[in-house]
Parts: sequence; C-alpha cells; structure tokens
Amino acid sequence: MKLIIAIIKPFKLDEVKEALGAAGIQGLTVTEVKGFGRQKGHTEIYRGSEYTVDFLPKVKIELAVSDELVKPAVAAITTAAKTGKIGDGKIFVLPLEDVIRIRTDEHGETAV
Amino acid sequence: MNTTLPRLLRIAALTGLALLFAGSAFAQTPAAAPTAPTPDERIAALEAYVNNTDPGKSLKDTPGPGHNGWMMTSSALVLFMTLPGLALFYGGLVRKKNVLSVMAQCLGCAGLVTILWWAFGYSLVFGKNFNSPFLGGSEYFFLKGVTSAPNGDYAYWVSQNVFAMYQLMFAIITPALIVGAIAERMKFSAIMLFITVWMFAVYFPLAHMVWGITGFMNGVWNAGAAIKAIDFAGGTVVHMSSGWSALLLCLILGPRLGFGKTPMPPHSMVLCMVGTGMLWVGWYGFNAGSAVAADGVAANAFTTTTLATAVASFVWAGLEYVTRKHASVLGFCSGAVAGLVVVTPACGFINSTGAIIVGVLAGAVPFLACTKLKGFFKYDDALDTFGVHAIGGTLGAFLTGVLATASVNGNLTTNLKDIVGKSLWLEQLKAIGLTLALSVVATVVIAYALKAVIGLRPSADEEQQGLDLTDHGEEGYIMEAKS
Repeated sequence: MKLIIAIIKPFKLDEVKEALGAAGIQGLTVTEVKGFGRQKGHTEIYRGSEYTVDFLPKVKIELAVSDELVKPAVAAITTAAKTGKIGDGKIFVLPLEDVIRIRTDEHGETAV
Repeated sequence: MNTTLPRLLRIAALTGLALLFAGSAFAQTPAAAPTAPTPDERIAALEAYVNNTDPGKSLKDTPGPGHNGWMMTSSALVLFMTLPGLALFYGGLVRKKNVLSVMAQCLGCAGLVTILWWAFGYSLVFGKNFNSPFLGGSEYFFLKGVTSAPNGDYAYWVSQNVFAMYQLMFAIITPALIVGAIAERMKFSAIMLFITVWMFAVYFPLAHMVWGITGFMNGVWNAGAAIKAIDFAGGTVVHMSSGWSALLLCLILGPRLGFGKTPMPPHSMVLCMVGTGMLWVGWYGFNAGSAVAADGVAANAFTTTTLATAVASFVWAGLEYVTRKHASVLGFCSGAVAGLVVVTPACGFINSTGAIIVGVLAGAVPFLACTKLKGFFKYDDALDTFGVHAIGGTLGAFLTGVLATASVNGNLTTNLKDIVGKSLWLEQLKAIGLTLALSVVATVVIAYALKAVIGLRPSADEEQQGLDLTDHGEEGYIMEAKS
C-alpha cells in the first residue's frame, strides 16, 4: 500500500478527480494549500508599494492505494494535471503501514 | 370617571384658547394692512426665489422649498461620504486586523465634531460678532438662534439650521481624512484628542477665513478680504488642511512597525472600490451643494465635478497601464478621488473645458506624488492622504486661480472683476501659503504636546496584534471553518 500526495494547480482538480475515478480510485482527500517551488510567487503593486507574494494557492490531494493501483493513479494525476508550464506541481509516493476502516475495524488492503 | 371631568375641562379650555387666538388674529389683520406686501412685491419675492436673490420683505425669513430640499439632500450626501464612503475606502486599504479601527475613527469624528460644532464650531466659523477676519463670533454658540429661517449672509433661501448641518458634514470629513496617513499605528484616544484641539486651532479659523462673511481670504463675498482668494467647496479648508497636517502627524508618529520589510497590502480592494463609489456620489453634495442653492452655479459644479473625476480616474489608471502594463482597480479609485479633490475648490468657478484640464492634471500629479515622491522620501503615509489630498488640494487651489471664469459664476464679478483671469492665481498662492503654514505649525505643536502628555502610539505588542482588538475589543471578520 502507498500514500500518494499530489500538489496540483487548483483549476485542474476536477480533471484529476475524474481521471482518478476512471483509474479505479475510490476516495481521496483535498486541501487548499499555499506554497512555492520553482514557479516562485508574483508581484502585486498598490499605488507606489510593491509586494512579492511568495506563496501561491495550490490544491493538495491525498489518497491511499493498493500496490497495483499506484502506477495507474500516478499516471492519471500526471496526465490530468499537466499543462506543460512551470507550476504544475508534484506527486509524492510514500509507503503506508496500515489502513483502518473505522466503521468495520477492517485493516490493510481491504480497508483501502 | 375620575378622568372624564378634567378632560372635558381641558377641551373647553383649549377651545376657548383657540377662539381667543383666532379672534386676536382676526383683530390684527386690519392693523397689519399698511405693511402688507403689494402684489408687485409678492411677485418680486417669487422671482427672487427662482433667481436665488434677496426675497425682500414679502418672504423674509421663509426658506425656499427647492433650495432647502437640495441642501438637506446635499447634507446627507456629504455625511454619506464619511459614513460609510471614507470608512470603506480607508477600511479596505488597511490590513485585516485594523479595519475596524479606521471605521471607529470615522464614527468617532462624526460624534465628536458634531458636539464641538453644536457648542462652538458653527458660531466660530459663521458668526460675525467678533468682527474678526480670523474667527467668527459667539452669537450662535450652542446653535442659539439658529432656526429654520435663512441667514442672508450665506443663503437667502436655505434654513440656517440646514446650512449649519451642511457645514457640519464638512467639519466631520476633514479630520477623518487625516486618519489615512496615520492608519494602523495611533491610539484611538490620542486621535480623538488631537482632532479636538486641531478643530479649534486649524479648521474653525481656516473655515472662517475662507467662507466666513468677514473672512480674511473670502475674496468672493468679503470686499475687505486681505487675500482675495476663492475656494468653492474646500480645496484649502478641507483638503490642504487635512493633507498637510496628515503629513506632519505621520512624520512625528514614525512609520508602522515593519514598514518596508513586511508586506502591508490592502486587505480588501472590494471594500475600497465600494467606498470610492460612495465618495464619488456623495461628492455631488459636497461640490454642487456648495452653491448653497439649487441654482445654475450648482448645476455647473455638478457638471465639472463629473467631468474632472471621470477623466482623472481614467488618466491615473492609464498611466499605470503605460508604466506597468496593468490598469489597477486601486489606480481607478485613486484617480477618481484625486479628481474629486482637485476639482473641489474649482467646480463652481470653471467651465467644462477647465474641468477636463483639471481632470488630466489630477490624474497625473497625485499619481507621481504617490508612486515616486513617497518612495523617494520613504515616509509612511499609509493610505496616501498627503499624496492625494495635500498635493491634490494644493494643485486644485492653484488651478482654480488660473481657470476661474465669471461666465459660469456671476458672483466673481462682485468683488473680484479686476483680477479674475488675471492675477487671481497670485491670491491663490497667498491662500495656499497661509493654509499650509497654519496646518503645519499647529499640527507640530499639538502632536508634540500630546506625545509628551499621553503618548501617540500603542505599544509594539498592541500594534502587532492590531488596533481592532487592542483599541476596540472586537474583530472585523469572525470566520468559522469554510464549508
């Protein structure tokens, strides 16, 4: 089992969600986040004052998947979130020790 | 049963009284006959109402409904400029933690200045028993004798109580403008005390000098004015005085904590834009209302105000587009306010061509002051009161002298026909000098005195937390988790 964390452009969220659904993913968690990578921020000018905004709004999605679904899920996110321009985001894949479904107490792959 | 008898008695007594009055009124009619106005006098009085001239004896002490109606509307419009126009314009431009502090300061001005105005202010500005060019008089203290009858020194057809309320709205917004330069870093108590003293030291004398019938700089109405300057709606009295005082107060206070290091962008450009729209609408009361009548001069002021403001707004944003590739909402808003400020002293004296010239310069000169001058000298005029009101007010006072023409305002031929279009601009420069000196000197003295006695700034910790919490004990926005 793996935990996939992806940081994507906010306007790509719907496409990514649909692509993941098509790849067989049953659920995911979404958070609005701010951050920067190579894209850096942007500049805002108010009359004479110039401010650099370092952190840009992004969307973070998190999903737990069984091992065989890791590749399709990553492929779905990559395809759907890509614009080809700087700032498209990143995907992190982490090992996952256990998953528990609270309602039934199931553990491991069956709970994913 | 107990109450029936007295009630009957009262009714009987009242009926008797009414009959008595009716009888005496009837009895007086023949006695009043010799002084009753002739039909000619009555027609002349009605024509005087239409022409906004002296009613003569037929309609003496009677307000004219049209003029009075417009002035009550204008008074409400000028109040609308402060509440909520300026409160939103400034409130949007500060950081989230200080939005209420700016609004409280505007509300504080409205309450405090009204009390001062009722007690002494109106009389010190528009009274005349001191017979002084610098201060009015004591006859109207506590608005004594200020009734619905007009005061012919200022308006033949507008109730004096309406006139007093109209002028009160100007007195409210003037100190509220200062708040912009010192936003986010001055204690509420210090601001209220500063404004109290400032009104007596700067506003009341200056307003009398410019608009009082015995005023030192009232070129239009006072034949004996030492400086024959003109100021239609308050370029010197309102904008120069507040703008220059704001600069000095902001220098004495020092910059906000973290100024130049921490970003301090406006927390809501939306509020700022809403406030700007209200200022623009309210300003029709300010400028066209300054005719103190619903007459041709007011109509001209309404027109020039519209033209200059729209042009200035477009020019400011246009300059941004040329120099930075973006026409910003704050640019449009700043340009509109600058246009309104610059055309204020001129609106009732210039024609539509003059208004366009005013608009172009109002978009360009304060733009340079806010974007270049401020960056060069590095003073923390938080919301650009100096850049817009002091620079704009000064520019407007000068341009009024250059562009004024008697063709739109016949009052310019009463005492000024020899200098209009000629050396009037020199008189304007003298008025500018006097206004500037009075505002600067008085502000320095009051600010240092207050600093020594109660201190001007909150503690660094309080400033960091934001004045909404530390000065007013509330927050502008209480956000639950987003659903």
